[in-house]
Amino acid sequence: MKKVFFLFVLVALSACKKDDTTTELTFVKPVHFPEPTYKFENNRITRAGFELGRILFYDGDLSRDGSISCGSCHLQSAAFTHHGHDVSHGIDDRIGSRNAPPVMNLAWGKTFFWDGGVHDLDLFAIAPIENPLEMDETFANVVSKLKKKAVYPPLFQKAFGTTEISGPLVLKALSQFQLMLVSAESRYDKFRLGDTNALTADEKTGLELVKTKCGNCHAGELFTDDSFRNNGIQHFGDKGRFRITLNDDDAYKFKVPSLRNLQYTAPYMHDGRFLTLDAVVEHYRKGVRQSPNIDPSVSNGISITDDEKQKILTFLSALNDENFIRNKEFSEQ
Amino acid sequence: MKTLKNIFPFALLAALLVVASCKKEDTIDPNEKGSVVLEFDNIYEGQQLKLNDVTYKTAAGEDINISQFDYFVSNIHLVKEDGSEYIVPQDNSYFLVKESNVASQTLTLTDVPAANYKSVKFMIGVDSLRNTMDVSKRTGILDPAAGAAGMYWSWNSGYIFMKMEGTSPSAPLDSATNLRKFRMHIGGFGGLNSKTINNIKEASLTDADGEMAKVRASAKPTFHITVDASKVLNGSTNVSLKTNATTMFNAFSVNVANNYQSMFKVDHVHN
Ligand code: HEC
Ligand code: HEC
Repeated sequence: MKKVFFLFVLVALSACKKDDTTTELTFVKPVHFPEPTYKFENNRITRAGFELGRILFYDGDLSRDGSISCGSCHLQSAAFTHHGHDVSHGIDDRIGSRNAPPVMNLAWGKTFFWDGGVHDLDLFAIAPIENPLEMDETFANVVSKLKKKAVYPPLFQKAFGTTEISGPLVLKALSQFQLMLVSAESRYDKFRLGDTNALTADEKTGLELVKTKCGNCHAGELFTDDSFRNNGIQHFGDKGRFRITLNDDDAYKFKVPSLRNLQYTAPYMHDGRFLTLDAVVEHYRKGVRQSPNIDPSVSNGISITDDEKQKILTFLSALNDENFIRNKEFSEQ
Repeated sequence: MKTLKNIFPFALLAALLVVASCKKEDTIDPNEKGSVVLEFDNIYEGQQLKLNDVTYKTAAGEDINISQFDYFVSNIHLVKEDGSEYIVPQDNSYFLVKESNVASQTLTLTDVPAANYKSVKFMIGVDSLRNTMDVSKRTGILDPAAGAAGMYWSWNSGYIFMKMEGTSPSAPLDSATNLRKFRMHIGGFGGLNSKTINNIKEASLTDADGEMAKVRASAKPTFHITVDASKVLNGSTNVSLKTNATTMFNAFSVNVANNYQSMFKVDHVHN
């Protein structure tokens, strides 16, 4: 993988020489992050590819009636979630059943969706496009609509060297934009990279508490181990991972979400049931309900004193990354 | 007796022909290449399948009208008379047969080594490798935006191997369409990150009379294969549309796949 990054930089440099009107763009792994899981060798990031992906992400023509783009449910100001909506709100005001997660740090994702139904980011966009509750369009029709828009052929030419618009290239471009949505500049990250003053004393204690009490699942620099777990919330109809594997051992398990940017992504959990982080921590302290496959690390609740709770909440706010929600490169142009 | 007498000269002729062709076979040029056709002829029990208009009866005693019947055929192997196999190159070995599209029902395999082929084997569905590979390699009928449109599950990445839809007075009323619809969407390649149902099935077909497809540079034989759509709902599990009108990615789908595994049969071979 290291070699691959080295290659990116080289490519970027040579591209700069050829064409100094635009600054080339490359995917840079934050030094403290693990190696990404995305196979960049199949989809080298370029500025032209990223910009094409950005236009597609904000294009309403990906939906049946032109009304809904990816950006309608994944708002930058809400760290690319659907702010204020517990479950997503799609075309014709139809209501989905799950809360939109942030489009963030996807290069490290092993699976996508709360139930992990999609195993490759390059296949992802077909799902919201074809979901009758979201964009209610067919992917084949999206491709033929894009072919008819005069803006696209030159953009595909720049990005992929062909004016021939095809499904795979639409998907690759969308991936390029989404892969660049890296959030790694919170105060926690500055602390992690050596700035010992970036966190207050309470936040440092909070960090240690999160590591010991939550780190079993919300692990590592991404604050998720990408596994599927039942964290003891009360379960209703949605069986989570079971829908994908049909394995009884997976009933009521959902993908562990990251703890980054929580200030912007309320409400919380797969169905957006908790409105505040206070309510989330109260759940782990006192609200755990027994149900099949509950994770042993939460089945008796997590013991957290009032003082510890405050420190945990304080630390979580140090995981908010303002640059991520303000970066103009990520916004609709 | 009279008929027998009449047949005799023909039988003699046939025997001569066989002998003559046997002689020829002894000297098949190992570099000679030809083509073979797989013709998929969709039927319902003894009748030609006709979409929409004709009402059929299932083994569970329910009436159905079929509006769509599509399936993937892939990973084709041709078995020679000596038992050795010719494996169709992977990139040319994926087909989507649709009842609504006559052209899709005739698969022509080219560049096949000259030989006498007694059987054809194939996968009903798409292998796990193609279910998980990079999108840019998914062209033609494997492209979810083109050939595979409608035969791909986006929410649980993977191809639908067999799709049969229609209406039945026994099926519950579908509020979206106001029709009594049934939908059999069968897929499941076994899972990538976690093991799950595997509905990949294989068919191995030989003509009952032992007729072989004699592929030569100058001869393009055809395996004429009948595909009995009634087997989707009838078989080791007689599916009732009262209870299982919508069978998609669920445990019951395994029964449907077990049923339709036996829907293919070589009716005859044209040489
Ligand atoms: C109607 C609102 C809506 C629209 C439009 C929408 N999404 Fe989503 N998105 C959601 C919801 C809800 C989920 C979570 C669904 C689930 O897990 O079952 C989600 C999940 C995702 C995820 C998974 C993130 C993860 O970490 O697992 C990605 C990536 C994503 N969407 C990208 C897109 C793209 C790209 C588009 C446009 C093609 C798009 N979305 C359009 C609501 C929407
Ligand atoms: C057993 C593993 C596990 C442990 C331990 C755990 N969590 Fe979670 N957490 C999860 C899972 C799984 C979810 C998603 C559950 C769902 O939506 O059904 C989740 C969801 C969350 C969310 C919602 C995030 C969002 O984007 O919606 C927050 C916040 C959270 N956990 C904080 C914590 C904190 C703080 C701790 C420690 C006090 C903790 N968790 C301990 C597994 C765990």
